[in-house]
Amino acid sequence: MKFKLKIWRQKNAKAKGQFESFSIENISSDTSFLEMLDILNNRLISEGKEPIAFDHDCREGICGMCSLYINGRAHGPDDDVTTCQLHMRKFRDGDTITIEPWRSAAFPVIRDLAVNRYAFDQILQAGGFVSVNTGGVPDGNAVPIAKPDADEAMDAAACIGCGACVATCKNGSAMLFVAARVSSLAKLPQGRVEATGRAKAMVAKMDELGFGGCTNTQACEAECPKAISISHIARLNREFLCAKLQD
Amino acid sequence: MSNIFCSSIGKKLIMSLSGLFLVIFLLLHVSINVTALFSQNAYNAACRFMDTNILIQVMVPVLALGFAVHILFSLIITVKNQKARPVKYSVSSKTETSSWAAKNMFVIGVIVLCFLGLHLTHFWAKMQLQHFIGGHGEDNPYALVYTLFGEWYYCVLYVVWIAALYFHISHGFWSAFQTLGINNSKWIPRLQIIAKIYAILVALAFISIPLYFILGLGEPPK
Repeated sequence: MKFKLKIWRQKNAKAKGQFESFSIENISSDTSFLEMLDILNNRLISEGKEPIAFDHDCREGICGMCSLYINGRAHGPDDDVTTCQLHMRKFRDGDTITIEPWRSAAFPVIRDLAVNRYAFDQILQAGGFVSVNTGGVPDGNAVPIAKPDADEAMDAAACIGCGACVATCKNGSAMLFVAARVSSLAKLPQGRVEATGRAKAMVAKMDELGFGGCTNTQACEAECPKAISISHIARLNREFLCAKLQD
Repeated sequence: MSNIFCSSIGKKLIMSLSGLFLVIFLLLHVSINVTALFSQNAYNAACRFMDTNILIQVMVPVLALGFAVHILFSLIITVKNQKARPVKYSVSSKTETSSWAAKNMFVIGVIVLCFLGLHLTHFWAKMQLQHFIGGHGEDNPYALVYTLFGEWYYCVLYVVWIAALYFHISHGFWSAFQTLGINNSKWIPRLQIIAKIYAILVALAFISIPLYFILGLGEPPK
């Protein structure tokens, strides 16, 4: 397969970026999207040019490091996958592929396609700790948790913090990320203890860092590689409003 | 309650509560309107009720406040949301979401507001407002409706306006519950359907009035 690539190039956070076009040929349809970029980078290096910087790590869809806004969709034209799990067979031979970094005031570009998602870490830090008794490993069934609650907590905990929700949302809102974090702990008795404080602190941090607000467009849920539901956003709203009303 | 309205969710709480209030108001408004389909006397009696009932008199300023708050906070929220993405994408979003309305609530809201201004000057200013400022209201409100909806261009404008209103409610209605946190994975699709049905019913009821008059079914005013 061959493709025409339009890739965002930017020297650093302050520099003005622009698109650069590349042609690439002899790509197998089984090549993953990131491997395709590796092939292009090998060529650039052998030509003595600057390779394209992009985020990646585990390449099996669990670390949340890869990003890329590909042809108008976060993580590209496939559902419930990260960019590393996207394959070139999802494109047509001869396609022009436009690759942009996540665009958000809270995620400044570091270089080319790599963005700084430290804002997510700051939100997590604001969330604080979970109280657990120290000592030996507790009995498996010592704290009974209903199956539906455990399932919902697990669904929320599937969040890998990639930032596709922010990248996709027309408001650059981090509500799905924050909701997943709040929800995964609020549904469990261990996380319940600090639940109200956590919701308030994380929302305050999210607002402070320049993320937008949620207008319930459901775009985040559609692009989330882990298909996290906006029902968690409803829970976050509930947790937050109840906590504020108790103040 | 400390500084709840400084937070993004607190501001949306105001949007959802004022929005639901306006949604309820629409139901009252449209039920007064449809009396015009029954008879001239019924409509004029309904208008008299709206002009003289004490509860309605008290609620009119509250309603105006509801509109003002809804509009003001939509501006504040939209400005903040726009700032969250200073550099736009060069390829626009291809993500398939539940509705077109959801992504364009602000623009649709502005369209609704523009026509609302027109509507208020044509109807409300000559009817209920006069009772507030001690002026002389329309003796026969039905005649006013009859004349205005006799013009096809006014009917077209009205239908476009109500169409915008339909899109605004079809998203706003369920969205308000989501923001209030009264929602879960079971109720999201249910509330979306209820919102659509409500929006369709209200829109059809509003549109039935100009349709009725333009088709020449109205009684000639006495």
